[in-house]
This record gives sequence, structure tokens and C-alpha cells, in this order.
Amino acid sequence: MKRLDTRCGPGQLRELAAGGMILLSGPVLAFRDRAHRRMAEMLKRGDRLPFDLSGAAVFYAAPTPAPPGRVCGSVGPTTAMRMDPFTPPLVGAGVRIFIGKGPRSPRVSRLLAESGAVYLAAAGGVAALGGCRVERCGAAGWEDLGAEAVYSMVLRDYPVFVALDTRGGNIFGKGASVESPEPC
Amino acid sequence: MKRAVEPRFLSAGAVEDAVACMCVEACTRPAPGLRSLLERARSGFPDGPGRKVLDLCLLNLDTAGETGLPLCQDTGTAVFFAEKGNLVVISGGTLDDAVHRGVARGYREGFLRKSLVGCPLERTPLEDNSPAVLHIREVEGDALRLRLLVKGAGSENGSVASMLPPLAGEDGVTAFVRDAVLERGAGACPPLFVGVGLGGDLELCSILAKEALLRPFGRPSGEPRLRRLEERILGEVNASGIGPQGFGGPVTALEVRVEACPCHMASLPVAVCLGCHAHRTAERVL
Repeated sequence: MKRLDTRCGPGQLRELAAGGMILLSGPVLAFRDRAHRRMAEMLKRGDRLPFDLSGAAVFYAAPTPAPPGRVCGSVGPTTAMRMDPFTPPLVGAGVRIFIGKGPRSPRVSRLLAESGAVYLAAAGGVAALGGCRVERCGAAGWEDLGAEAVYSMVLRDYPVFVALDTRGGNIFGKGASVESPEPC
Repeated sequence: MKRAVEPRFLSAGAVEDAVACMCVEACTRPAPGLRSLLERARSGFPDGPGRKVLDLCLLNLDTAGETGLPLCQDTGTAVFFAEKGNLVVISGGTLDDAVHRGVARGYREGFLRKSLVGCPLERTPLEDNSPAVLHIREVEGDALRLRLLVKGAGSENGSVASMLPPLAGEDGVTAFVRDAVLERGAGACPPLFVGVGLGGDLELCSILAKEALLRPFGRPSGEPRLRRLEERILGEVNASGIGPQGFGGPVTALEVRVEACPCHMASLPVAVCLGCHAHRTAERVL
């Protein structure tokens, strides 16, 4: 099984081909809808973000609370298409790996290919397994957003599929052609 | 058999306890029978990412069983269907309050995610996962039957209701359900369970579609006409090629369940409620 570290260089990202399964390790920032909106608004205003997105991997996720004796609860992806309008500013801020589930808009697909960034699709609904592939998990900020806060995680052999590669390859066939609203 | 005629008192506390247990059980315990449905989907499934997804789904059932972790991080909205016997008297509180309190406790004590926000526009997160969505029906008898469907947003966001022309028939209904799955199914965590509600009105067809997801596995409709419709829709949905997680393949839905009830002569209300493969339910009779 192919393995990838989230701190890999652009060359390794370019080698990824849509359709393949890989085991992903390394640090990721996990956040979803509301944190995306807040980041996009801050970036638009030119504010400095409290998170370093340069070269970062972003996981569209919010885990269940960690039960006693575990580093985290269940972890899995949320639907990526909802983040499509917020993806351009994040790519602009340097994010190179996005992890979520489900198809993306053609606009995001083109943007990722042009930017040397990739979208990795994790299987939704397999989050007990996912939680066991997370080595570290902690709050990274914006706790006022409740479950939608920003989390810092370290993955180890987390199973994902290369969904959109840097050559415009796409794992999704039918049901993948819905255009997203205009970027924020 | 002696028919009960005396009122039966059931404490609100007992209902709350049962509800709290049901929430944890539904989220963390793989539904009996789900494994064999997924294994059947995998047998003969061509090699590729879709098949690997089915492998992961099966592995996740094992992991949840071993660790007690929730099957999915989206522990959802708790949707309860309560059938209250006409002789049942809830003492020390209302049924509504008991269910909401039980959900709050179950989600807190079971380390389940609190996914609800207060105002849909302000999006302020709520402290616990109450209120539940609660449907109460009165039936004959002295028992209270509670059924829970844990509903994640990924699949709920793919759900839709509409008013078809009254004479749209099986063709119109089949096309509507197929198109709904084609448009929104890939992000709803297929392989799916597809609940379809026909008739009633705007809200009743939606309730039927949701309740259809609580039907036990492997039990087609008892109405021959609806059973044929279920088979036809399943065939068309699976011919779509969306596949597990949208990665392509011959299985997009595991089951289609159609429920129907009378409606106005001028309309054909139809609702489609998508359920993900991490099908989470619980039932108690008190």
C-alpha cells in the first residue's frame, strides 16, 4: 500500500494519480463550515490568521469527544462540496492537501490542478476506524464554534483515496458535475 | 389473552433512561444484519476504489465493536418515533421532555458529538444534542414503543420532497427518486438506504420517507405494487454507477423502501430520505 506524509514536497503530490488508495500520515488541521467562513473573511480583510496554512493539509472534519483513555474519538470526513466556495482563499494561503468526502465542483478541480494541490477523499462513515488512525488530537483554536472548532491532529496510516490529482484526474464519475456557487 | 384496560403509569425518568441508552447503542453498536448486506454488496464487486470502500466499511464495523467508538463521527440528529399505548400515562413529566432530556444525557455520557446549533441563521452551537426530532402516535395498548434513527447531515442534505403531477405514476416517482440520488447521492455516503414516502402532504410524505429507513433489513413492502416499485427504483439507482462514496461501481444503494398513504386527488407528494451505509437505529418497548 502506498504511503504519503502530509509534509511531503510538491513533487510527491504531482506523482499522485486519481483512483489510488493511500495511507496518509502526518499533521493536519481539521475544521469545517464555520471556520472556513471565518478564515475566508479574515483573509479577505487581510487579517493575520492564528493558524499557519502555508503548506498545510486541511481535513474537513470534527471528531466526537475523546472517551477516557483514548487520544480522540471517532474521526471522519464531512462533505467537501460545502467548502468549495471557501477553497480558493485557502489555496491562496498555501494549503496543498484537502481531505474530505464526496465530489467537488469543476471550479475547485481546475484550481487544484493549476495550483499543484490535491483533494484526497476519505470514506465517510468509517470513523471508528479513522479514530484509531489518529495519533494525536487537540483543540487548536476557535472553541467558540463548538464542534466546528479548529483541531490539530496527527494521522498515522489514515486510509484515503486520491480523488482530484494535479493533472485534473478525478475519481468521481457521475454525480460529480455540480458547479459550486461563486467563490467567496 | 386478557386485554389491559387499567391505566399503566410509566415514569418520565424510565423513559429518559431508555432514551439515553438508545442513543449510545445506536451510535456505537453495528446494526445486526448490516454486515451481511455489505458483504453481499462486496461479493462480485469489481476491484477498484469502490470495493476498497466496502472493505473499509466492514472493517469499521469490527473496529466499532472492539473499541466502542461511534461508527461515524456525525452522531447526527436523534429522530424518535414513539408509539404510545392509549393506556400509558407518563408520570412526573411529559413524554416530550423525557425524550429530549434522555438525548441530552446520552450524547453527553456517551461521548457523542453535539452537532446541533440553536438558531439556523446564527449557527450558535448547543451544549447538548437536544432537542430530538420527535414523532408521537397514539396506539391501542399499555406499552410505549420507542424507535430511534440517528441521522447524519451528509445523507439528510441529500434528501428532498416535492409535489409531482397527480398522474405521474410509477414512471414519475422512479425518475424523481433516481434523479435525487444522481444529483446528491455521491456525498451522502453510499451505499445508501433510500426511504421513499408517497402520498399524504408535504410533511407526511417526508415522515413516511424517514420512517421507511427504520424498516428492518431485508423486508420489502407488503404491498405487491410498492414492492415492484422498490425493486425498479433499486435497479435504476444501481444502474447509475455512482458506487460506494461516489467512486463508481454496480452498488449505489443497498435497499429501497417505499411507504405510501392516501393523498388529495390533485397531488402526488413524494419525499426521498437518503440513509448512509452507517445505518444507526435502536428500539425499546417499555
